[in-house]
Amino acid sequence: MSESKSLRVAYGEALVELGKKDKNIVVMDADLAHATMTSAFAAEYPDRFYNFGIAEANMMCAAAGFAHSGLIPFVSTFALFGTGRAYEQIRNSISYVNANVKFGLSHSGLSVGEDGGSHQSIEDISLMRGLPGMTIFVPCDPLEMKKAVYAAAEINGPVYIRVARPVVDTITTLDTPFIPGKANVMKDGSDVCIMATGLMVPYALQAAEILAADGMKAAVVNFHTIKPIDKECILAMANKCGAVVTAEEHSIIGGLGTAVAEVLAGNSSAKFARVGIQDKFGKSGKPAELFAAYGLTAENIAAQCKSLKK
Amino acid sequence: MNNENLNEKAKHLRADIIRMLYTCQSGHPGGSLSCVEILMALYYKVAHVDASNPKMEDRDRIVLSKGHACPALYAILADKGYFPREDLWSLRQIGSHLQGHPDMTKTPGIDANTGSLGQGISIAMGMALAAKHNKANYKVYTVIGDGESQEGLVWEAAMAAAHYKLDNLVVMLDHNGLQIDGSNDEVMSIGDIVAKFKAFGFECFKVNGHDIDAITEALKAPVSGKPKFICCETVKGKGVSFMENNFGWHGKAPNKDEYITAMKELGVTVNE
Repeated sequence: MSESKSLRVAYGEALVELGKKDKNIVVMDADLAHATMTSAFAAEYPDRFYNFGIAEANMMCAAAGFAHSGLIPFVSTFALFGTGRAYEQIRNSISYVNANVKFGLSHSGLSVGEDGGSHQSIEDISLMRGLPGMTIFVPCDPLEMKKAVYAAAEINGPVYIRVARPVVDTITTLDTPFIPGKANVMKDGSDVCIMATGLMVPYALQAAEILAADGMKAAVVNFHTIKPIDKECILAMANKCGAVVTAEEHSIIGGLGTAVAEVLAGNSSAKFARVGIQDKFGKSGKPAELFAAYGLTAENIAAQCKSLKK
Repeated sequence: MNNENLNEKAKHLRADIIRMLYTCQSGHPGGSLSCVEILMALYYKVAHVDASNPKMEDRDRIVLSKGHACPALYAILADKGYFPREDLWSLRQIGSHLQGHPDMTKTPGIDANTGSLGQGISIAMGMALAAKHNKANYKVYTVIGDGESQEGLVWEAAMAAAHYKLDNLVVMLDHNGLQIDGSNDEVMSIGDIVAKFKAFGFECFKVNGHDIDAITEALKAPVSGKPKFICCETVKGKGVSFMENNFGWHGKAPNKDEYITAMKELGVTVNE
């Protein structure tokens, strides 16, 4: 029986476990510790937790100062305020010097729900992807979240971990590998390949079932790492299937869909479509309602696959 | 080093700054010339640093938040022996370790990348907090500009420095009164900047920013439980008559005639 858990809760738990192993881990938040779940770390290691108040830009530069002093800061706030408001602090103070800072930024995407478009980051991957040297993880379930946190600590340099808010089922296993930059083929197929990331991975698996009922063999690949992107896997699957559909809870501009398109362009004749937020802002609603309204559904993924194979 | 020698050295450093900017035909003379004595008080009088061991663990950290003034910093680092003086003439040129703004990954002796205004003081605050965290005794000094003080990030950092009682952090203001578009008061008045830092919880000092003894005294004044702010009253373009108090020299390199005149004022005869 797979465990259901919020990805942010898994993030908080992973920080506590990591903090036990490595005394150089410090955690920073900007008055959202009870939302990002860094509160778990704060309760366990109060002397290694720093709250910077509602001042995200300063927190990012402070993290650089900590990293320059030999510590490993995990910085948390909402994805929008971390990657958006403090973008240039991340760029110049952290990314530009490859400072060893990790970002666990929560409440990404439409799944924030009721808070609405002002709080739903749909461009965070795009912003981080443009930074040279930035590693980007988008975990799909609680187990993968924990692996992503451990992997981030092993990397010398900045890592962005996109932390979604909802409670989700565990769809990977303890034995599922998590190698940064190496996508996981979750289901093999030869007619079409669905390349998905984060919360869209289970929808991609459902889409494959819908397609199977119609006699189409769909492969499903989980891209837990958006940067560096797994070029080999993309080209191998594209050549094998001749059709690729990406699925992400992010704008189709700058995210997984764009990353895959950049690999395919000039290298593959595979047909290609992107499921994601179609260059629009989000709005208030329940997460499931929003996913349906923006086409982030198994049915839409399946429909896109079929239309490529017409 | 006695004061007579330091005053002589200040002249040499200013001549190096002018020569650097003339050689690459770009850079920021005004704000580099105004902060020479501020940096000299740190590097020659107060800070615990070692050119032969730039990454020494217990060194004091020095963060030039107004990073565009790095020619002054580079001239001092070269004089201290962090790298050969000849390197100065490669400033801003392709392949040089001396970037247009300070780069810790390229230049020995640089503790943080700065120049995107407001970020240096914020990084310095983080370093001071990290020093407390690590139970280390070194101090963190940061030099900010008055135009830079218009950045909201400066005040976010100031708020955090007081909140965390960072008495190991010293913020020095190069208060030359001018910025790219004109005087601070014309562009965006920073008002009573000392009162502002005081209100944010700093122990505040105000000194003549070209008097190394006065700066040194303020640097050495003991404070406990709060960060220190030293307002250094300076002259933009100090030492070169036609650059002094002229915002037009914020970010412009001298032409050949101006170069020869400036060097002459600084006691260096240039062969034409």
